[in-house]
Amino acid sequence: MKIRMTAITTAALCLGLAAAAVAQDNPVAKREQMMKQVGASVGALGAIAKGEKPYDAEAVKAALTTISTDMKVFPDNFPAGSEVNSAAAPAIWDNMDDFKAKSMKLASDADTLLASMPADQAGVQQAVQTLGANCGTCHQTYRLKR
Amino acid sequence: MASTWSKIAAVGVAVIGLGAVTAWALTKPEPHPESFWANAGTPDLAHGEQLFWAGGCASCHAATGAEGDALKVMSGGRALPSPFGTFHIPNISPDPNVGIGGWTLAQFGNAMTRGVGPNGEHLYPSFPYGSYVRMSPKDIGDLFAYLKTLPASSNVARPHELGFPFNIRMAVGGWKLLYFSEAPRVELASADEKIRRGQYLVEGPGHCGECHTPRNALGGFESGKWLAGGPNPEGEGKVPGITPSGPIGSWSEADIVNYLETGFTPEYDSAGGAMVEVQKNMAHLPKSDLEAIAAYLKAVPAL
Repeated sequence: MKIRMTAITTAALCLGLAAAAVAQDNPVAKREQMMKQVGASVGALGAIAKGEKPYDAEAVKAALTTISTDMKVFPDNFPAGSEVNSAAAPAIWDNMDDFKAKSMKLASDADTLLASMPADQAGVQQAVQTLGANCGTCHQTYRLKR
Repeated sequence: MASTWSKIAAVGVAVIGLGAVTAWALTKPEPHPESFWANAGTPDLAHGEQLFWAGGCASCHAATGAEGDALKVMSGGRALPSPFGTFHIPNISPDPNVGIGGWTLAQFGNAMTRGVGPNGEHLYPSFPYGSYVRMSPKDIGDLFAYLKTLPASSNVARPHELGFPFNIRMAVGGWKLLYFSEAPRVELASADEKIRRGQYLVEGPGHCGECHTPRNALGGFESGKWLAGGPNPEGEGKVPGITPSGPIGSWSEADIVNYLETGFTPEYDSAGGAMVEVQKNMAHLPKSDLEAIAAYLKAVPAL
């Protein structure tokens, strides 16, 4: 039983490493992972905003930091031709400056919030609204369902 | 011999003539009479505004990129690409010359529910009267009164750019003969009042099926695929199905309500594409209406 668990754990670890390796070379995997992280971070804030989780300053800070860090480098993962097999709309490459500006806007909104940390549930609710407005604005033009 | 041929020719002309008359009779614009619209009652402007958001008027008729109060300026001018050509959205602001300021309620109601323009002409179904046909005269009256309160715009939209034969308005009569119906999109066996309210909103003013139901080559809905999703009619990508077997099948009714209110999925992904504007419109509706929509989406056949 123990051996079996070890084997499973090892296999899972290898898969995880393999996935990480792929993510590093593959811009599509990398940017999709960033979006998942950002989504999870907004989700962590959303849970506090909705009262599903208690206010936790550390969790709020971690979520905002992840959003800021990821969104600053997010547009670097869109080399020419990488729309294939991805949700990226060709409009990204026609409007790269606007696309970058929209990504930076979310990063700077997160930075502004970090500078004056939301102090309670109401503050986090406000933060989710501020951050969330960015999601749709960008996805409206630059993400495709395929 | 000659007289035989002339008889045959005469019969031929008569047959063609009869065919043309029949075709005209079957495909001519059919507005409701003036009297149909006479009993809409005193308009309720607040309810008219709800219908304005439910109907998504601003998503086509406001200028591209409009936000806030600009969403209430129905200047038209947006381009709506389609497989048949590009439609240029008309001005429906209260301007008396280039908007609908000079229209009667009958003219507005017949455009909304019969697809007939103010001069008795067929309108293209890119304007979703195939959905709005389900709206009650009272709702039409409320919406019309509300639209009249919005700012006038003098913008003149360009004419549509459609390929042959879609540029022949008469042909729309054939489309109507095939696809235009006010029958419910789905028969719901045990629909309570809430689900029926959702059905009215989704199948009528909300016109959700116009994007979420796949279309055939003539632009009619594929039968038996209500809300099943399909290629994006406005361009690239696809529109997801929204029946219980689509991607929202695992969502609770509360999740659907929350999505329409906030734009967030349960996983904190966000609305994208044309749905971003739709969601912002829907967020203006009373929560009870969003709950009705969610209940209906859980009640439709899983496809």
